[in-house]
This record gives sequence, structure tokens and C-alpha cells, in this order.
Amino acid sequence: MNEYSKKMLKVPTYNLLREQDKDKLPVLDVRNLGIDFGGLTAVDSFNITIGPTEISGLIGPNGAGKTTIFNLLTSVYQPTRGSILINGIDTKGMTTHKVNKLGIARTFQNIRLFTDMSALDNVKVGLHNEIKCPFLCSMFHLPPYQKAEAAATRRAMELLDFMGLADVAGQKAGSLPYGVQRRLEIVRALATNPSIILLDEPAAGMNPSETTELMHQIRRIRDTFHIAIFLIEHDMNLVMNVCEAIAVVNYGRIIAKGTPEEIRQDPAVIEAYLGREEGNA
Amino acid sequence: MQILQYLINGISIGAVYAIIALGYTMVYGIAKMLNFAHGDVIMVGAYISFCVTNYLGLPSIVSVAAAVAVCTLLGIVIEGLAYKPLRGTSSLAVLITAIGVSYFLQNAAQLIWSSSPKNFTSIVTMEPISLMDGQLVITGEVLVTVAASIVVMLGLTLFTGKTRTGKAMRAVSEDRDAAQLMGINVNQTISTTFAIGSALAAVAGVLLCSTVPTLMPTTGSMPGIRAFTAAVFGGIGSIPGAMLGGILLGIIETLSKAYLSTQFSDAIVFSVLIIILLVKPAGLLGKQVQEKV
Amino acid sequence: MKTMLGNMKTRTNLVTYLVVIAAFVLMQVFNSLGMLSSSQRGYLVPVCVYISLAVSLNLLVGVCGELSLGHAGFMGIGAFTGVVVAAVLKDAVAGDAVRLVLAMIAGGFTAGVMGFLIGIPVLRLRGDYLAIVTLAFGEIMKNIIGNTYAGIDGEGFHMAISTSKMKLGEGGKYIISGPLGATGVEKIATFTMGFVLVMFTLFVVLNLINSKEGRAIKAVRDNRIAAESVGINVTAFRMKAFVVSAFLAGMAGALFGLNYSSMTASKFNFNTSINILVFVVLGGMGNILGSVISAAVLYILPEAMRGLEDFRMIIYAVVLILVMLFTWSPKFKDAVSVAGDKIKGIFRKKKEVGSNE
Repeated sequence: MNEYSKKMLKVPTYNLLREQDKDKLPVLDVRNLGIDFGGLTAVDSFNITIGPTEISGLIGPNGAGKTTIFNLLTSVYQPTRGSILINGIDTKGMTTHKVNKLGIARTFQNIRLFTDMSALDNVKVGLHNEIKCPFLCSMFHLPPYQKAEAAATRRAMELLDFMGLADVAGQKAGSLPYGVQRRLEIVRALATNPSIILLDEPAAGMNPSETTELMHQIRRIRDTFHIAIFLIEHDMNLVMNVCEAIAVVNYGRIIAKGTPEEIRQDPAVIEAYLGREEGNA
Repeated sequence: MQILQYLINGISIGAVYAIIALGYTMVYGIAKMLNFAHGDVIMVGAYISFCVTNYLGLPSIVSVAAAVAVCTLLGIVIEGLAYKPLRGTSSLAVLITAIGVSYFLQNAAQLIWSSSPKNFTSIVTMEPISLMDGQLVITGEVLVTVAASIVVMLGLTLFTGKTRTGKAMRAVSEDRDAAQLMGINVNQTISTTFAIGSALAAVAGVLLCSTVPTLMPTTGSMPGIRAFTAAVFGGIGSIPGAMLGGILLGIIETLSKAYLSTQFSDAIVFSVLIIILLVKPAGLLGKQVQEKV
Repeated sequence: MKTMLGNMKTRTNLVTYLVVIAAFVLMQVFNSLGMLSSSQRGYLVPVCVYISLAVSLNLLVGVCGELSLGHAGFMGIGAFTGVVVAAVLKDAVAGDAVRLVLAMIAGGFTAGVMGFLIGIPVLRLRGDYLAIVTLAFGEIMKNIIGNTYAGIDGEGFHMAISTSKMKLGEGGKYIISGPLGATGVEKIATFTMGFVLVMFTLFVVLNLINSKEGRAIKAVRDNRIAAESVGINVTAFRMKAFVVSAFLAGMAGALFGLNYSSMTASKFNFNTSINILVFVVLGGMGNILGSVISAAVLYILPEAMRGLEDFRMIIYAVVLILVMLFTWSPKFKDAVSVAGDKIKGIFRKKKEVGSNE
């Protein structure tokens, strides 16, 4: 690991690393990533480095390949080219659940909760690998299992409480309001004890006050759990306020990278993305 | 020469499987249901043909027409009464209902025709062709079956490719909701599919019993399962796939019986199926669909 | 809220156990009072066997959402293993009950191992393809069992898959003889053991459903991609459920095998698999008590209708179709509820008339 980080400093990075994270191993290091869907290149030459406690954003017009990038990072798709390193480990050929164990967790653009289960059970599914107990032990409900299960319930309640969801713990996830479901997905992802969490449009469908609340919560997640956050979002107010670094993609390629200030002034971005909106307005 | 003869026998039984599989594949592709009663429609078709020839003494061509007519009607009735009310609910519910229909047909046949086997007289009256001094015999049944399977396959390909109803079928199989929004009558299209599938089953039944002349209420079930396997083999939903799967299955079955082991032919056939599915999860000619995230 | 949910779960489980215990006690009482005919007594063990099979298949089909059409194959493996083990241990183990338990464990173990081996390739497939491959494996297992020869002689135990390779010494005795199946089996299965089997199956399945594994299984069924994204190894879970289900089916099979003096491999065919599936679907997917009741009722129903001779299977088929239509079809449900409302309406009118007076 150490050797790796030394090597890291020598190679030119494409980093979004915060100053304070410079000497540490990046949690996510993506090099020259690309995927083709039957001749169509959806993502190409995607490079990014994210530090341990960084909040960064991924923006771009609809269909730019943002969610595809998240799917690549979590091994839902296997890349055609390039490599992804999570905490220094190459995820090549790994399945989604293995990649999660390396320390990457995510939410989904079109919410994917376990709708028939209670909110609490949703979080406890996230805690599954934390409940360390052999199969036969849990199958016969032996005392060590019951202990671990009780601990998991406590932990799940703590996490729900952290996002202000303790009240809805017993309710069916599918019956919760949209904004609550989005936050529950974040809690479930946090339960897997990740070192980086990917949020796919966390503010979609939220009203302005919920969005403001979400901004505080995103910062609080970073400060409490000391993890990196990488988010896709169309709400520019949220992105510009919360993110410390932003990457802009269009047609599957990065067209700009930098601080919110730099992005705001980048002519390529204005042309491809923000410019169009200004033109409309 | 022995191997050639086995190959011909394999193709012959394979062609029967292919016709049944074509029916299966149409129904699965469009209605998205495993119609386990399909094999029993085959049996009904064979019985009808048997009765028309033996009791009414009419020529075999009339018996085939009668079998096709009765089975088409039967297919439409079964679909309308048992499957249509369950459309859009759990696919398992439809599967169980199909099993109920299969039980019903088998037991009804047993009541009507009794469980003792009937000796089916082949509908083909052509003399066998002897080649290479009688070392290689091609019976009329083989020629008729193979020709019929090719005609059916080409017919279906043209039908689904060129006609309005055929195009509607393809649209329904691709995306039922979108097809409905485009003004296609989904229910009617599915009924038509069942009618076609059942008509094919009647043809298959007559040809099956011409090749293997014992007719019982359970005659259809094993060939039904085999043909279903063949449809999966070739890629379920694909018309050339069903043809290819049927022929291959017939050849594998005959060759494994001849050269490997008679007792284990079932095990061999199904093992090949499993291996194919592991290598090509959507079958030989099937399309692989990736789940959208 | 949470404890309430927990209580509700334990309560339905408790009801399930109590129903089974009550049914057992009732049957024992009837039996001791001589109220059961010998043919009725003959149903007791198979009913227990089919209940266990339905419950174990429900774990796979109802809880995990994996359609399996080869359950009878595991039952068959268990049955023949059980018969062989019981015969081999005849002199070594004194008590019949102990021998029966050992035979059942052996049957379960063999079926479980087979389930594991089959699961490695099969569980890579999904949905209808999984169903087809389990069907294929069921047929393969039936085919292999139907061609297995086993026997004991002075030198010990022999097994082969063809007559020519099977050579028994002087005084040797065949336990299984290929297509003829097992003959001369000592019937050591008892209703009490059937009851124990059902209780054990329920205990394993209900505990599994209510454990972290059960939660993960439900999560996988609900949303596979989301489950994977939080670190659930989907394949491993399907495998666990598959093996447990096969194990339980094997145990039930062993009990079944030791309940008859002879049996052939053709008993464990596709139709038997389908029958068990019918029990599960009619009892309700994932509803364990439902499986228990529907297996018992649907097993006894055709047997009880034996008097109707040829018509009984037709009636069974019609009942099956109608039940499916009434429980699943939205149209039928509407029709029923409309009729219900009308009847209620009539009563309400009467009441109103009554109150006006």
C-alpha cells in the first residue's frame, strides 16, 4: 500500500484530490476507463482520482454517460478498457458484491429499495456482512447469532437516526415518500461501511427545503464517517455548494475538471452544458 | 453406412421435435408463458386423425385437416378460458394453470379413448426409398416429416416477417405495453399465436404417430418436454432456433442411443442441453438481453 | 413498531407449529380409537413427506423466487440412498428408529451434496432457464437412479450402473436392481418420524426465513442489483437455499422410500416435481403454513376421490384450474367481489328497511 502511494505521487494524476488528502492513498483511482456497447462508445478515456474525505461531483447533460460510469465503478458493467482501483485494489473482473466489500457503496437514480421490507430491514440488509456468524449458527438461531442480530438492529437504528429516519424504521420502504426513500437508500449504502459512497441524483424529486437539508446531511456524512462522496446531480445549486471538485462529462468523455469556481467559468462547460441553460433563460 | 442411417432417423424424429418446438417457441416468444399443455394438444391431434381415418374411413389428408381444425379450435378455447384471465399476473400462476389443462386433456383423452394404446396407421403411403443396395432406407415418413418441418419454418418466417398479423406478433413479443399503445390488439394477437401453435401441434401429432405408431393419452407429454428442450436449445423465441434445436436434439438422441448407451439417452440429451445453456445462456440462436440499471 | 413486527412473525410461526402438532395429536387419537381404515393409515406417512417437500420447495420458489422443476429428483436421490443405508445398517444398528434417522440424514446429505454440485452450473441461470435446467437435472437424476444397481454380499456393499458390472457373491442380495427399482424394502417409516420430519423442516425453513440469510434472500428477490450493491453475494445465497432445500427433500425422500416395500425411479419424475410445485403455488408463495395445508389437502383429495374412478383426475384438473383462476385472475376477483357487494347490498337494504320501520 505504501509503495503504491509513493508510486502514485510520481505518475501524473488526473486528480480531483483535495490538498489535505494529497499524501494519502486515493480511495478511488480510475484510469483510462471506457466501455463500448456493441460498437457504440458510451464512456471513453475517463480518468479520475478521489481522495479519502473528498466530496466531488459528476455533472453533464442527459445521456452523457454519468450513470454508466457509476455502473462501471460498481462492476454492474465490466469495462472494455482501463482500470478502476478502489483503495489501491484493481476491481477487474470482480462482481458487484465483491467491489462493495472493497469499500464502494452506491444509491440508484431510479430508487432501488427492497420495497416489501421495513426501512429497518433495508438497512439491516446493508449490515449483512457486518453480522459475522456462520450459516448454521444463523440458521438455528444460536445465541451468538441472536447477539449479533441485536447489535445490528442497534447499529441500523443509529444510522437511521443519523439521517433523521428513526421514526419510519418500522414502515414498509415502498410506502415512504420519495425524499425519504432517497435518504433511506443513502443509509443502506452507509451501512456497508464504505470508504466512498456514490450518490446517483440524490436530490431528484426533492423539494427545495429537502434539498437544503440533504446538503447539510452530505457534509455531515463526510465529517462523521470520514468517507469520500462522489455524486451525480442536476441541481446546480447543490453541486456548486457541496462539492469541492467537479468533473464534467459529455458524450462519455471528461470535458472539464476543477473547483466549482473553475467549472463555472470553463468555456467548454458553458458551451456544452451550462451555456445551453443560459441560452434558454 | 450405419451412421448415415442413424443420422437420417435422427433428422426424422428431430423434424417432429422441430414442428412442436416451433409451436412452443411462438407461444413463449409472444405470450411469455411455458405452455406445458402443448404436448397434450399434440396427442389430441393424433387421436382426431386416428378417429377420422379408422372410424369414418376418410382419406388421410382429410384426417389431417380435421386434426388441424379441432386443435386450432382447442387452442383458442384453452387460451380464452384458462390463460387469458390470468394475463399480466404471476407467470407461475399461468404455468400451474397450463399444468391443470395438461392433466385435463390427458384424463379426458383417457375417458374418451381409454388408456390402452392404439395402433396408429401412418398417413404416408409412399414406398421407402432404398439406397446403396438397401443399406440405407429412407421411409416416406422421413421425407414427409422433414419437408413439413421446412415448409412450416419458412412459412412462419415469412408470416412473422411479412404479414400484418405477423408483424403485430413480433411487436407484442418485443414489448407488450408499447405494442398496445401503438394500437395493436394484444389479446387477439396472442389468441392467433395460440391458434397457430395448436395447428402446428396437430400436424406434429399426426407426423409423430406416423413415425412412432403407438398412441396413448400420455403420448404427447415426453415429446412435448423434448421439443420444449429443443426450443430452449435453439434459443427460445427464435424460429430458426427451434428448427435447429429440434433437428440437433433428434440427432443427439438417436446417436447417443446407438453409440453410447440406450439406458442413458435421456441423461445424455439433457446434459447436452445444460452444457449448451451454460456456454450460451440464451440458447444457440437466442438474443442475450442485458438488464438495465 | 419493530417489536410488534417481530411478534407478528413469531406468532404466525407459532401458529404453523401448533397446527402441525394439533393435526398430529388428532391423527394419533383417531388412530388409537381405531377410526382410521388401513388405507387411511397408509396416507399418514406420505402426507408428512409431501408437506416437507412442499415446505422445502417453497423456500426455493416462494421465498427465493427461483422456479425449480426438479424437486422430485432430490427426493429420489434421498429415497434410494435411504433405502440402501437402511439395508446396509440392518445388522450394525439395532433400533429401527435409529436406523431410520440415520437413513434420512444420509438421504438428506446425498441430496444436499447433489444439490451443491448441480447448483454450481445451474445457479448461473435465471428465471425460466433455471426452471428448464432443473427440469433437465430432475430427468437426469431419474435416469441415473433408474439404472443403478446396488447390493450386499459377504464381502460388503457393491454398486454399479450396469448389470454386467454388478457381481454379487454367494448369498448376495440386491437392494436396488436398475429399472426394477428397490425391492424387498423393509418398511420402517413411521408416522411419528413423519411428524418429526415435518417439524424439523418447518424449524429449518422458518428459522432461515427469519434470519439474516432470509432477509438477504428476500432482498435478492426484491431487487437483485440493489442487493448486490450492498455486498450480498447473490449466487452464494441462491446456492445456500438450493442446498438446504435439496437436503430437506432428500430427507423426505428417504422416509418415503422406507414406507413402501418396493419402488421404481419413475416415481420421481417430472409429474411428481410438478405436483409438489402445485402444492406450493396453491398454498401461497412464501406462505409456509399455506404449503403445509395445501400439501395435506391436495394429497388426500385425489386419494379420497378414488371412488370416482376415471373421473377423479379430471375433477382434480378442473378444480386446479378454477382455483388458479379464482385466486389470481383480476377479472374473476372482481366478479367475486361484485357478487359479494350485491349480496351485502341486499342485506344492507333489508337492514335499512328494518331500521326505517
